[in-house]
Amino acid sequence: MTNYPEKRSLTNAGAKMRRRKSFISYGVTFLQNALRNSAFCILPSEFPLSLLALACLNSAALAAPQTFDFKDPKGVNNAVFKLDAPLEAVNGNATGISGTVTFDPADPAATKGKIVVASSSLHVGNPMQQQHMLSDKWLNAAGYPEISFEAKELKNVRTDGDATTADVTGAFTLKGISKDITVPVKFTFLKDKLGQRVPNQKGDLLVIRANFSIKRSDFGIMPGQMEEKVSDTIELTLSIAGASPR
Amino acid sequence: MSNTVLRALAAILIVAATALWLATGANRGWTKTSVPVKRTDEVTGITVDDYQKRFVPGIDFLGAALLGSGILAGASFLFRKPQTPN
Repeated sequence: MTNYPEKRSLTNAGAKMRRRKSFISYGVTFLQNALRNSAFCILPSEFPLSLLALACLNSAALAAPQTFDFKDPKGVNNAVFKLDAPLEAVNGNATGISGTVTFDPADPAATKGKIVVASSSLHVGNPMQQQHMLSDKWLNAAGYPEISFEAKELKNVRTDGDATTADVTGAFTLKGISKDITVPVKFTFLKDKLGQRVPNQKGDLLVIRANFSIKRSDFGIMPGQMEEKVSDTIELTLSIAGASPR
Repeated sequence: MSNTVLRALAAILIVAATALWLATGANRGWTKTSVPVKRTDEVTGITVDDYQKRFVPGIDFLGAALLGSGILAGASFLFRKPQTPN
């Protein structure tokens, strides 16, 4: 078989072109899949190592849990409480909220954290009710300055876009007494939205909303007394946003 | 102080208290010294009630005015003019 130099050179060029073409098409397919699934780690060995490393690093960065601080400079974080007794309704809110929550958008079930409400920040419109509420007889805000909820476990976790709902079980502490309760919670992860609230700061926001009720008698607050005026059931609505700066 | 003056004061007190109660929204709850004003954060969508100092009389205020008015009106009977014989 005679080998002509021109023909050999043309064959080599064709092979090179085919290899380049297949590599480009592979790259395009990979990027499409990556964008679709954002799961980077199942790749054949011929894929460039540097890209693989970059992809895995990127994936790890995306999956890393973030810590959100709930001390809000805008002062909108609040917990609303409602007591609807036969003779009297008491409504108010608390804005002295702090605490941290560790949330991973890729694994919301692993969420952990503690939210603290300063007892002295509880406010109602009537000054006498306010005085009674914070007194030793009721909340004893001076003796027990914090009301807290510490998340221990999440169940029934469902994610739809940026929103995740879950039943969060944790320890609710009021007037020095801790009880495990389960609260339906909605987490909304707002990526890169911190800059819109705090100028010149980059980061993410996490909004937590929860509606639940507790019984004051469970926490030793005048159990069985004055229930016609101060309901035993206290409805609580929590609306808070935490920031995770970068 | 004549009984007429006391009765006039009682009437003024109850009328003024009722007018104030009606003018400030006829609050059927307890008197408030601060009222919630809603504020919404555009980014997070969270709405918070900011309490602003404002006096809103309630039924306790109305009751106190009624009691005060009753005391004044009652006291007016202590100042009866002596009957002059014909």
